[in-house]
Amino acid sequence: MTEHTVSEHSKSPLTTYFAVWGALLLGTFLTYQAAKLDLGAFNAAVALTIATTKALLVALFFMHLRHASEKLLKLVVITTLFFLVILMALSMADYATRAWS
Amino acid sequence: MATENPQPERVNYLNKEYGIGSWLLTTDHKRIALLYLISITFFFFIGGFFALLIRLELLTPAGDLVQADTYNKLFTMHGQVMVFFFLIPSIPAVLGNFLVPMMVGAKDLAFPRINLLSWYIYVIGGVLMLHCMATGGVDTGWTFYTPFSTAFSNTKVIEAGLAIFVAGFSSILTGLNFVVTIHRMRAPGMTWTRLPLFIWAHYATSIIQILGTPVIAITLVLVVAERALHLGIFDPKLGGDPLLFQHLFWFYSHPAVYIMILPSMGVVTEILACFARKRIFGYSFVALSSIAIAVFGFLVWAHHMFVAGISVYAALVFSILSYAVAVPSAVKVFNWTATLYKGSIHYDAPMLYAFGFLGLFTIGGLTGLFLAALGVNMHVHDTYFVIAHFHYIMVGGAVMGYLGGMHFWWPKISGKLYPEGWARLAALIVFIGFNLTFFPQFILGYVGMPRRYYHYPPEFQVLNVLSTAGATILGLGYLLPMIYFLWSMRYGKPAPDNPWNAAGLEWKTASPPPTFNFDQEPVVTWEAYNYDELDAPHREEVPVAG
Amino acid sequence: MPDSTAAAVQVEAHGGAHNPALLHHFATEEQQRDASNLGMWIFLGTEVMFFGGLFCAYLIYRLKYFGDFGAASKSIDALLGGTNTAVLICSSLTVVLAIWAVQTSRRVLMIAMLIATMLFGLVFLGIKGIEYRDKFVEHHVPGASFSFEHVPIPGHPDQFANPRHAEIFFALYFIMTGLHALHMVVGLGIFTWLLTMAWKGRFTPEYHTPLEIGGLYWHFVDIIWIYLFPLLYLIDRHP
Repeated sequence: MTEHTVSEHSKSPLTTYFAVWGALLLGTFLTYQAAKLDLGAFNAAVALTIATTKALLVALFFMHLRHASEKLLKLVVITTLFFLVILMALSMADYATRAWS
Repeated sequence: MATENPQPERVNYLNKEYGIGSWLLTTDHKRIALLYLISITFFFFIGGFFALLIRLELLTPAGDLVQADTYNKLFTMHGQVMVFFFLIPSIPAVLGNFLVPMMVGAKDLAFPRINLLSWYIYVIGGVLMLHCMATGGVDTGWTFYTPFSTAFSNTKVIEAGLAIFVAGFSSILTGLNFVVTIHRMRAPGMTWTRLPLFIWAHYATSIIQILGTPVIAITLVLVVAERALHLGIFDPKLGGDPLLFQHLFWFYSHPAVYIMILPSMGVVTEILACFARKRIFGYSFVALSSIAIAVFGFLVWAHHMFVAGISVYAALVFSILSYAVAVPSAVKVFNWTATLYKGSIHYDAPMLYAFGFLGLFTIGGLTGLFLAALGVNMHVHDTYFVIAHFHYIMVGGAVMGYLGGMHFWWPKISGKLYPEGWARLAALIVFIGFNLTFFPQFILGYVGMPRRYYHYPPEFQVLNVLSTAGATILGLGYLLPMIYFLWSMRYGKPAPDNPWNAAGLEWKTASPPPTFNFDQEPVVTWEAYNYDELDAPHREEVPVAG
Repeated sequence: MPDSTAAAVQVEAHGGAHNPALLHHFATEEQQRDASNLGMWIFLGTEVMFFGGLFCAYLIYRLKYFGDFGAASKSIDALLGGTNTAVLICSSLTVVLAIWAVQTSRRVLMIAMLIATMLFGLVFLGIKGIEYRDKFVEHHVPGASFSFEHVPIPGHPDQFANPRHAEIFFALYFIMTGLHALHMVVGLGIFTWLLTMAWKGRFTPEYHTPLEIGGLYWHFVDIIWIYLFPLLYLIDRHP
């Protein structure tokens, strides 16, 4: 993490920040509107996709994960998310299959 | 280098400052380790006291010492105190705190003030737990199963839950501190593959502490909320699923058992290498198996729920995964055994504990595989077989490792030598007492004695009496080190810097160490476990600092 | 004679200006900053798992009682929720602007952005308070006075939602948003402290680590809400 000075970036980070901010607001608007459409099971998928995109934008650009000098920080994030997914997926392995027997 | 005696008036972390304030406000990881040592020993006595009452009750088939409700409280509080206030902190908070910075060549942990905070958090949790126990206790079993804990129990579930919630943050912060220290504070030349395997073990443990503990924290929040507000998240009458509690609870509590055993494995690795005078066989396998245990340990939790009502397909998946988690542990046992092969074995007290660990952990681990088999599990779930299995690992494994480590590093920690004769005797007494206590319980469980029962059919009495006799011997075995460690602080022979001629940076500094561990920052140019160099006949000086 | 004072002297003797913010057990400021950064990311990992247990419970019950959850979700105000989402997004922007400001030696902007962040946080909590009050008035707070009778399931106007299952939704709603709000309050506390440090001139382009790691915490709280909003408010909004 060597975010000392602005001069290390080729263009001003301000442009990036405002672009991300705009994208986040747009995403919020989109998810609100998409919930009004009847997409069946895809409503959830659309909502989660938009939410994940927004979360990634915040993490990569606002939290500077994109420019992290080492892979370590990304590893921390990926590991955490992996185990969270395990919690949900293996619990669902029980709930989803109870009706089978 | 290894045999010179320090001058008595050398300044070290113990005599640098006196007064209770200098201890209660210290940020020195070594002093914090001792603060933890005192606290966890205190809770070990409390948990042991409950065990004593349990075993006394079980001397006779009838429930005649205490009432049924009281017995429920005894085994609950024995479990909660031993798991959350003794075993989980034990090695990481005492030996880990003391040694991790030294082993990596640092002056302290990455966040010394957070280290002190984590001890205070532990103490607050402990005080809450003591108050809970003093004002009525809990009777839900240490597992807090719903809906009994949320809707029916009349005991202090909320307070116990809060106590454990608080103590959990101590565990999280310790783990966080270790991971950052190991990543960022290693001395020059201390590459990952030169680290002692004790460090790898604590790194893996810390991963579990960081990722698992928050889940039980939120689970306890839900239990407290449900109990206080009658919510229905776990209440079947209101649409909730009691098994959801079990899923969330065991998601942490299974990896928690690896929090308890991994550090002990790290200790045993250091001891075996030193007293066999050999490099550890298969360093990278032992290191990676620690990480593998941490990862796989998160995938098996529902093997505690095979008979609870989960779907049989999920049970199949968890059974297979539970077999898989045994593999990295087995890898370690093979590597330890291979380390001993053609080693120059010395039978000092730490080594006796390590040997005990090898045998008892193997038995405990193998019986875990019996339990992972669905068919067998139907038969022995909730019997003494399970109790014997986990005590073989937690006591025969974790506590043996803890005692072995305390003996091994006692000269470094206190600057004094403990009496070796008494120590070997104590190790023997512990080993005999342990097996006499818990081996009969395998048989008891197999023939059908349920756990958490305070009365049993008369034909089980002989085995129960043997078990109680063993527990008495075990208790005496535990008392001995407490006595002679304290004795040695005043009357023990002063310890040299490296009484065992052991490898590792902690042995290259004084016993006891100075406050900032090293007089000069070490520069590491040698591989781990360089016992061939240490024992080389020409005794060349191993390069230390720049 | 080697002892603690000698060690301290050695650290001082490592040439050049010794930043008083450099703690004694670190060799360089970069090491200290990297350690603090890694420490905060790991702490955020623990927070993800902490909230994660709630998300897991939510997932299981939403799938189990989809219709009832849909009905309950429709009764909370998505416009307020959406507004709050926008508020937090703006607050995350002001956080990164505050850090950019200190990196480019713009002290006034830094302080203004810190204050703006906190104001956005207060607005968020205010709107949340309004929402909670609405739920209280409508008897949607789980407990003795909970009532959710005769509320149709979205898409099935002939079926009513099961009040017990709706109560589980609201239990999760209050616990999840309540825990999130608690984190916001802590965040406001952290930023009060950061504002104080900034006002006293403790931050420079070279040293502003507390701002960075405080910012990380704030962004995390934003990310949690980014997930809470669609999951809680937008289950089924088909007209």
